[in-house]
Amino acid sequence: MSHPENNHIVPYRTYVVILLTLLSLTALSILVTSFELGPIAVSAALLFATIKTTLVFTYFMHLKYDQRIYAIMVSVVLLVFIIVIVITFLDYSFR
Amino acid sequence: MSQPAVHTEHFDATASKIGMWLFIFTELLLFGGLFIVYSVIRFSHQAAFHLAAEELDLVMGATNTGLLLLSSMTIAMSVSAIQFGHKRFTLFLICFTILIGLVFLVNKYFEWSLKIEHGLYPGSATLHGLGNGDTLFFGLYFFMTGLHALHIIAGVSILGWVLVRVARDQVHATHFVHLENGALYWHLVDVIWIFLFPLFYLIS
Repeated sequence: MSHPENNHIVPYRTYVVILLTLLSLTALSILVTSFELGPIAVSAALLFATIKTTLVFTYFMHLKYDQRIYAIMVSVVLLVFIIVIVITFLDYSFR
Repeated sequence: MSQPAVHTEHFDATASKIGMWLFIFTELLLFGGLFIVYSVIRFSHQAAFHLAAEELDLVMGATNTGLLLLSSMTIAMSVSAIQFGHKRFTLFLICFTILIGLVFLVNKYFEWSLKIEHGLYPGSATLHGLGNGDTLFFGLYFFMTGLHALHIIAGVSILGWVLVRVARDQVHATHFVHLENGALYWHLVDVIWIFLFPLFYLIS
């Protein structure tokens, strides 16, 4: 990764494959939550959303192809966010 | 001495993109905070949230999800198209993305109108009668989808500006960071909706 500019051109086909995957995951999440599963449905819906977001970040937002620094920055921010969520839920669980 | 003069424009694509990412982080934390508010309120009003969410039109929500995913792909493609030197295709892809953004807003307009017609809007008498849980659900619904709609408007404006720059050849195959940053913003708008959709439409 010595190039300062982003030299990797992502072929159109990659984007089409990712879009189809994203649409399938959306359909799956609608299907899963259509059964009355209660709390499992909530977790499943959020899991699907997380997978979709990962795909968007990795391919559409080029984290896979760009310099490593962007991916490191994103990871740090997400880590901070997860810590805040965990602390909030710990607070609510032990009141 | 006989070397061709190197064009030393004071410009750093990496710094520009890092700036865009930093801005995206502030947006992520803004909506992240709202997601935490949603979770906490949902935790204390589970039954009301369950019933209130069934008021929302799943077909409309799913259509808008599909539209945004498609537009995310077209704007991602435009970043490749400009590097391939396909200017006309780049312009087409940006126009298409903007168009889908506008269609999304039209759908949102009809969706909101229907809710408001049914008396479901913040501060309405109907919601007062339904209790705290429903009031909080629709308060969050209007605030979060409204804030997201504002981001769509901002995204469409940014892409409009990039479109003009591409048309004028100010953004081209070797200098396309503005298009890239515009695309990053559009993907952010998409990512936010990826979470809003299950939280409001699916979990019922």
